[in-house]
Amino acid sequence: MMNHSMKNQCNVKPGTIIQGKWHKERYTILKELGFGANGIVYLARRHHEYVALKMSDNGMSITSEVNVLKSFAKVQGSALGPSLLDVDDWEHNNGQISFYVMEYIQGPGFMDFIEQKGPSWLPVLLLQLLSDLEKLHCNGWVFGDLKPENLIVTGPSPRIRCIDVGGTTIKGRAIKEFTEFYDRGYWGLGSRKADPGYDLFAVAMIIIHTAYPKRFTKTTGGILQLRNQVKQSKALHKFEGVIIQALEGRYQSAEEMRNDLIKSTSRHNGNSRTATRQSNTKNNGNRQTMTRQTQQAGRVSASRQLQQKRQKKGGFVETLILTMVILLFYAFYIFGQLI
Amino acid sequence: MKTGTLKQILLITDGCSNQGDDPIAMAALAKEQGITVNVIGVMDQDVIDEQGLKEIEGISLAGGGVSQVVYAHKLSQTVQMVTRKAMTQTLQGVVNKELQQILGRSHTLEDLPPEKRGEVMEVVDELGETVELEVLILVDTSASMKQKLPTVKEALLDLSLSLNARSGENRFSVFVFPGKKNEVDKLLDWTPRLESLTGVFSKLTTGGITPTGPAINEALQYFKKKRSLRSLLSRDDESFYEESV
Repeated sequence: MMNHSMKNQCNVKPGTIIQGKWHKERYTILKELGFGANGIVYLARRHHEYVALKMSDNGMSITSEVNVLKSFAKVQGSALGPSLLDVDDWEHNNGQISFYVMEYIQGPGFMDFIEQKGPSWLPVLLLQLLSDLEKLHCNGWVFGDLKPENLIVTGPSPRIRCIDVGGTTIKGRAIKEFTEFYDRGYWGLGSRKADPGYDLFAVAMIIIHTAYPKRFTKTTGGILQLRNQVKQSKALHKFEGVIIQALEGRYQSAEEMRNDLIKSTSRHNGNSRTATRQSNTKNNGNRQTMTRQTQQAGRVSASRQLQQKRQKKGGFVETLILTMVILLFYAFYIFGQLI
Repeated sequence: MKTGTLKQILLITDGCSNQGDDPIAMAALAKEQGITVNVIGVMDQDVIDEQGLKEIEGISLAGGGVSQVVYAHKLSQTVQMVTRKAMTQTLQGVVNKELQQILGRSHTLEDLPPEKRGEVMEVVDELGETVELEVLILVDTSASMKQKLPTVKEALLDLSLSLNARSGENRFSVFVFPGKKNEVDKLLDWTPRLESLTGVFSKLTTGGITPTGPAINEALQYFKKKRSLRSLLSRDDESFYEESV
């Protein structure tokens, strides 16, 4: 059983109509969306809607993924994976191929999106991803094969979605499927047992990947190499604390990492503000001297002060704009009166 | 369901055998004794010739296992994937057999409606996590493999990392062919951890011939030896018999 022969077997030309053996639903294949170790995903049409259809000559992996999607469906109000629409077999001349049909999630990939819209979207997407992961972990699953290729950003208001559940594993078992660069075991930083930390490591590697689009290869491996790579990149500077903690497996939950990420983004905004805007007020001085070792409470109060100040400043700008607009209209009025 | 021990031979080679018994026949012999044979062909920049490719596919087919040809840098990921895939395949065979006993001859997993398959798959998954696994690794150390050996070592360490994440027990053992004096040399006796390989592997010398057939045969004998030893300890050692899929 060779990998490329598998691809040939499931290779279906656009226009082919696939009819299920059990549920008799008909799908028209439109184009290939992508393929991986466990099968090919096609864009297909059912009646008048677009769907994604995944087929594989390995019926086991199809069944296994369907199991995961079904259990996701039980989690209320979540968008953990694509929703499952149909499971069936397709009988054709060479035999039987198992497939399942899911909602078609449309949008650019994670990396493309960041490239197009700019790095300010990175923390937003990460926060969304981490809250999805938190839900996933709470339901006893670990995503496993977390990587940019498995993440799509849908619109109109950007929302990150995970699309390939092939690696999703029950907590406590051995990870089913992984990709080396995002794998904790590959870097020598932990086991391949499914626990929340495994996914959080992958999230940290995804952040690193945004700074190194071509990724990099393992030389010495271990935390030293990764820490150096993080230090060498300016773009990663503000995430450094969060990344290192995730790499070292110090987060117990996605929630914890999410909270730290929020703190690190707000702290960073504060710093850049003080850098561009010179002011010697007491508050600012306090904030600058505050280090990472300060207690949680200090950090919270600092960010609160920051927020208050932002509000104050916002009020001033608002008043200014309003006055300008009114003056402008008044000027027009006088101008009209003169003519 | 009884969980016995899954037995696998993992052959890592880069070309065609050129001495001794037909490796495909030896693989078929292994399959008859409930031992799956998987093959990984390692390429450098060049492509493996047609004959070598045929042999690789032939061995895994006859041995009821999985084969894959990869570039050296992809080896780690492939080794663990192939082992895992073969494991699931064997377990599926076992589950299929049980299903046939319950539902009648003509029923396999594929004949069940997709809704029912899910539950069966959960059983297979569960077994894959908990079953005891014995992997005998056969490494081709003919001259052309020389520069690939460090990669092979990495891949084997990675394999033990992957498999040891399961809750079931693992035992590995490593053989190389050609050996110093014999056709096959034992490098590492049954052990749950492959880390002890690190020291031994760097001292390997490479030879000219590729006696793949005799190597598989020797591996088979080694499995048997162990079985008789174990039966002295009166331990039930029922093995899974491969039901080809």
